[in-house]
Amino acid sequence: MSDVVEKTLTALPSLLSLDSQPGSAKLSSTSKLGNLIRGITELTSKHEEEKLIQCELSSIKEQVSSPNTTMMKELMVRTIYCEMLGYEASFSYIHAIKLAQQGSVLEKRVGYLAVSLFLNESHELLLLLVNTVLKDLQSTNLIEVCMALTVVSQMFPKDMIPAILPLVEEKLNHPKEIIRRKAVLALYKFYLIAPNQVQHIHNKFRKALCDKDPGVMTASLHIYLQMIQENPEGYKDLTASFVTILKQVVGGKLPMDFNYHSVPAPWLQIQLLRILSLLGKNDQSTSEIMHEVLDESLRRAEMNHNITYAILYECVKCVYTIHPKSELLEKAAKCIGNFVLSPKINLKYLGLKALTYVVQQDPKLALQHQMTIIECLDHPDLIIKRETLELLFRITNAQNVTVIVEKMLEFLRISKDDHTTIDLVGKVAELAEKYPSNHYTYAPDNEWFIETMNTVFSVGGDMMQPDIPNSFLKLLSEGFDSVEEDRKLRLFAVNSYISLLRGEPGKLPQRFLQVISWVLGEYSHLRADLEPALVLRLLAKLLDMKNCSSETKSWVLTAMTKLCEGGSGVSVAQQVSETYGSSLDTVLRQRAQELQHLSQDSELRARVLPRGAGLDRSLTYCHNLVQVDSSLSFLDGFVSEALAAGAAPYKPPHQRQEELAGTKALSLEPYGLSLPISMSSCITDRQSPTLLSMSSGLSATLKLDGVKRVWGREGYLSQKEPVEEPAQVEVPSPLRSPSQQGEADSFHSQTPSLTPTPESDQEKQQLASSLFVGLGSQSSVCLMGKSEPTTQRFRRKAKGHSTASSTSEQVSNSVISPPSTVDNLLCNNLLDSNITSELAVSSPQLTSRLSQGLAATNGTCDTDTELPESDRKESKPAVIRDSYVVAADPAPHEDPDRPKDLALSSHLPAELSELSHSEITHLCTNQNLELSVCHVQKEDSLLLIVFISNSSDSAVQQILVCLFSGVLFGEEAFTCWCDVVGIVSLLISRVCCRPLTVSTEEYGTMWLAFSHDTKQNLTLISDGQEPLTATLNVLKRRLQLHVVEIIGMEGIVACRLLQDQPCLMHCRVHAGTLAVWLRSPIPDLPDCLIYHCQRALQGH
Amino acid sequence: MMRFLLLFSRQGKLRLQKWFTPIPEREKKKIIREMTTMVLARQPRSCNFLHWKDLKIIYKRYASLYFCLAIENHENELLALEVIHRYVELLDKYFGNVCELDIIFNFEKAYFILDEFLLGGEIQETSKQIVNRCIESSDMLQEYYCEGETDFPGTWRKL
Repeated sequence: MSDVVEKTLTALPSLLSLDSQPGSAKLSSTSKLGNLIRGITELTSKHEEEKLIQCELSSIKEQVSSPNTTMMKELMVRTIYCEMLGYEASFSYIHAIKLAQQGSVLEKRVGYLAVSLFLNESHELLLLLVNTVLKDLQSTNLIEVCMALTVVSQMFPKDMIPAILPLVEEKLNHPKEIIRRKAVLALYKFYLIAPNQVQHIHNKFRKALCDKDPGVMTASLHIYLQMIQENPEGYKDLTASFVTILKQVVGGKLPMDFNYHSVPAPWLQIQLLRILSLLGKNDQSTSEIMHEVLDESLRRAEMNHNITYAILYECVKCVYTIHPKSELLEKAAKCIGNFVLSPKINLKYLGLKALTYVVQQDPKLALQHQMTIIECLDHPDLIIKRETLELLFRITNAQNVTVIVEKMLEFLRISKDDHTTIDLVGKVAELAEKYPSNHYTYAPDNEWFIETMNTVFSVGGDMMQPDIPNSFLKLLSEGFDSVEEDRKLRLFAVNSYISLLRGEPGKLPQRFLQVISWVLGEYSHLRADLEPALVLRLLAKLLDMKNCSSETKSWVLTAMTKLCEGGSGVSVAQQVSETYGSSLDTVLRQRAQELQHLSQDSELRARVLPRGAGLDRSLTYCHNLVQVDSSLSFLDGFVSEALAAGAAPYKPPHQRQEELAGTKALSLEPYGLSLPISMSSCITDRQSPTLLSMSSGLSATLKLDGVKRVWGREGYLSQKEPVEEPAQVEVPSPLRSPSQQGEADSFHSQTPSLTPTPESDQEKQQLASSLFVGLGSQSSVCLMGKSEPTTQRFRRKAKGHSTASSTSEQVSNSVISPPSTVDNLLCNNLLDSNITSELAVSSPQLTSRLSQGLAATNGTCDTDTELPESDRKESKPAVIRDSYVVAADPAPHEDPDRPKDLALSSHLPAELSELSHSEITHLCTNQNLELSVCHVQKEDSLLLIVFISNSSDSAVQQILVCLFSGVLFGEEAFTCWCDVVGIVSLLISRVCCRPLTVSTEEYGTMWLAFSHDTKQNLTLISDGQEPLTATLNVLKRRLQLHVVEIIGMEGIVACRLLQDQPCLMHCRVHAGTLAVWLRSPIPDLPDCLIYHCQRALQGH
Repeated sequence: MMRFLLLFSRQGKLRLQKWFTPIPEREKKKIIREMTTMVLARQPRSCNFLHWKDLKIIYKRYASLYFCLAIENHENELLALEVIHRYVELLDKYFGNVCELDIIFNFEKAYFILDEFLLGGEIQETSKQIVNRCIESSDMLQEYYCEGETDFPGTWRKL
């Protein structure tokens, strides 16, 4: 058939010899349209054409508006032609509508056609059509109804749908199937543009699905596909019906009319397969219903025709989408083979696409076709090449990443299409960051990473997604786990950029220049032999370039500010800042000013822009490396002066609003005199945005912790295993030969025609082995053994509070200021916000550990320490490693009548009995011995006291206590401690907290000095007393806080940790709750304390 | 879903355009220009598919005429190719040995056939017989009308 068409079309002479065609009886060559068309083809220039059309249009315009035109239809056709040539004829739009409205049936047809070609659904003139459509929908003439339904399905103003919806709905019951079909399609269109408006007729869709005419049923599937896509759960009950329909179609039960090249209703089949794959996805029982029919479809579709391949492709996709069945998967895999190995290029393309779809589940399929893939990679057709790269992207692992990225970059260099470039550049960057360096293969390393990113930046240019340079810089500044590696990486980047700048920087895209200047600004000092002045000069050169954007210039100036030191450096800086100091661009001007000032004052510069802070300057490091006074205390003088002069204290907008909403009336209570001005000024909020975001970040992570970490930087983490696991697990299955490489070899030798020369043969072989490494059976071992830890290793070091599982060494390394181990724990591990979740667990854990250890002691008496009947074990948390056992005086006798607690507490050594101790907790017992524990808070330490008492009647002569260092306080246990943050938090709250006795004045000054703060509303307790006092008393009692002063509805409270780290709390009764505000010099102490306040009040 | 169908000659002259989603005029012109240059630049023995933005372009040349269909990314390329082919078959059946000139001079007929075949970017009727009967009855109506009769539901009923 198509041959006939092609022959006929080719046989015809070109357009120019149109006159008196013998075979073209149908050509209306004598009509005006014919004349116009012929006239145009005879013209030689665009200009002439334009003139002719304008002339034509004005004549049409004239005729169209004359009242008694009989040629309306003909005129409209000519107008359509002119519009198609690209000339606007908007004057005719209204006439098209008029024609559809008033003309005879035939004129209507042209009128409707013209309307559908001229107007968009948003065109205002379309409103004029609504009435015509309404009228035609009600017509008794079927043709008119059909035309109306057609135009409605093509374009209809969204707002006017309700007007015609009842009529269209009614047509679903029309006796003529063609009307029903068109009505269903019109409703489909409505569903797409305004789903809410057809919600009420969903059951009518079901009726259409059961229509006796297969055409109407097919039309309804469009709606179902759409609805099932949005909500597969809602339509599971229809699965069996869809399967039955597909069975009938595949079995050839439909009328011949529906056949296409003797394949039964292929469009319908494909539609059904799509619906089934949506329904069967992740649903085993639903999938089982369709296994049989899928098998049948795969079997039936054997004819060698495009349309059967189209069905097969959809079948394969469906089989791989639904719950897997090995038999079907095997057949589908074979089908993919037919596609990939086909000499027809279209089938090959689709085969690659199918492979790309399935390799995620079954990577070894790619291995089977590796030689074909290699060939496609070198295919002259870029589309095939592009599709192959897509496939390779999906099978990338740590071992083949270099080769694959190289292939991608190769493609990027020849690709002209922007869309492809953006997409591919993103993918390369993703791969490069995922596998930035690798110790298991030799090639990829720092140099590879930097060079790859260089290409990405130069090729991707200013088109690429802005997050690519951002995340690159972030990666560079955060580094990986090894300090030395980081240094090398940065050094290499510096070297590479210096040489780029020495070359032709004018050719580099702006984004790349920005990256270069940032990196040089931060890290060029790593290269000792590099004179800063030299870098400065290179950077200054960038500023003089014509195509350098002002954004880039400001990056360059910032970089220069970081580098300007030494005599010649300063002079370069001065020169530049002079040039740009008068720039009209305010940003540039500011940068130039900064450069000028900071280049003159190196001390200031070191403070403002310290080295090595990188991107972290604003985050974690700001507390350690850079002392940022986020409370803006340097403004205090100014503020108190202003306050003294009568200015109102500053309140942030949210607080002002809160107050307005809360009381809406003036507070008539006197405030009192006690708070000094400086303090009242500080009580108003002066939180910096950084801190605000930090504390909000903390509260956000609270919920995330403890949740399994599924999403990592490189995406879905656990997905990695399922993807790679089959490669390993399925290898021993008898389906595949044990050595995939061998199989590939044999496959390769079987098809020598595919590879012309032995040299290229070898080349391809090499390429194949480098591309498909890590997918096969031999390599699958190292895949699991090596690449996994690799990714682990290069997972970016999480910063600050997100180090959930970091070891204690790491934590304490990164901290400089806090003086003791406990504080280390507090400052770092408490940043970890799973305090809440783990506290409940950990304290019983502690107890049980203790009891286990001591229970074991009972049985095995293998230490040399001889202890009397009752003993105490004391240990200091600050020096936990040196836990020691003290033998106390043997207690003479136990009095069974005395209450146990009292009895035991009386054994406390004299120096401790004065101090408060916790409740004595009974741990465990056997017939002879009883274990109890309590802790005593000393000024400088925490003592854990273990009581071992004799519960038998007989006197115990001697008892051997074996202290398993590993169990509780030994080195091992110590690490446990660091992990189980809850214990530490337990310690500070109940144990390490000490009242801090300060005066109100001292409080005021301290408040100003502390930068870490947090705010929260707490519940008030009112048991008869004044609520504020009652609440504070509870807190005082439970948490050992010191209430400094209470004035009216406000109170100030202070406490400190063991090591003298203070925390201040300001409380205010507001709208039935206690608004507290905590400040401390230790980052997370306020958060921690507030948590315990909550607990204490809840427990009350 | 199909987005648009363009028919253009080897010289890049547009012969027919059908847009299934609303697109501004200016954009349409740009797309037509891009499509013609992209498709005409294809080497022989390349595949019939192209990537363009987030769409896929399926094109096929019949003699001097290119058929170019844009589909959404998840659609089946081979099926789209068959959509084009079926349209050519429908034109062929209607015109009898269709050629480019038939489409140039009777482009409104080509549109009518297309509207019976595709509706709103989806396949409406794939049967050659049914589509053809539809169009032919309308044409007879036309001839009838020329002879002076206006009401002609009879032929339609034969469908």
